[in-house]
Amino acid sequence: MRRDVFQGIADPTRRAIILLIAMQAMTPNAIAEHFKTSRQAVSKHLQILTECKLLKQKPEGREIYYQLNGTKMEEIDKWLEQYKKIWETRFNQLDEVLLTMKKNKK
Amino acid sequence: MKSSLLFDFSVNNENKTIHIKREFNAKLDLVWQAWTTAEVLDQWWAPKPYHIETKSLDLRAGGIWLYAMVSPTNEKMWCKADYKTIETNKLLSWLDAFCDENAIENNIKPRSLWTNSFSESNGVTTINIILKHDKLEDIETMIKMGFKEGLTMALGNLDELLLTKKK
Repeated sequence: MRRDVFQGIADPTRRAIILLIAMQAMTPNAIAEHFKTSRQAVSKHLQILTECKLLKQKPEGREIYYQLNGTKMEEIDKWLEQYKKIWETRFNQLDEVLLTMKKNKK
Repeated sequence: MKSSLLFDFSVNNENKTIHIKREFNAKLDLVWQAWTTAEVLDQWWAPKPYHIETKSLDLRAGGIWLYAMVSPTNEKMWCKADYKTIETNKLLSWLDAFCDENAIENNIKPRSLWTNSFSESNGVTTINIILKHDKLEDIETMIKMGFKEGLTMALGNLDELLLTKKK
């Protein structure tokens, strides 16, 4: 079955998994601890996210860690775009705040 | 009006720096106030749906700005800025870090040195931000961590949009 990124983030649990491992690579067990659903359900989500190429597996000793699939240079641009958006939002908020400050000054 | 204000964003791999430049349609002293006053910073520093809560802000070289980044689910991430140089209405620099609520730093995120320069021309204030890092990988890590906020932000907006459409 064909998977795409949008399918990956369509489910709230999968979005939560992405947010969780955005900070650091984690084992399936460690990830499952954060959710009320069964281990099997979490495994299924991990499988889908991997098929969507949002996550990738990284074996370490006997454990398998999941991490965001974003180490390749060409993908950095995508992260960068997100980072830039944060600044855009931040600055637009500052525009609003400055406008209010100006009004209050008068 | 908004669209005419300059916004530049670039990464310099060689110098391990991120450069951000933005114009604001306000006078210098107002913009400076927005960057250095806790009550005002709390209103804009975090991209929605995140917000920040400042615990303390001591604006002097060697002083600390300690605040919590609060997620929509009320998770708190403590951050701080160790102020290095302060020249009123001109220059503001600090070293950032993740920390606990007592400002004891941890190593979750590589530290960035922020240099923010302010200047005004014809009532428009320009801010030049340079984020300096020790290693190139640090930039990568930071940008990926930003992705977490960015994604939450995007999804938050999406949720809002869907809510409007439902009505």
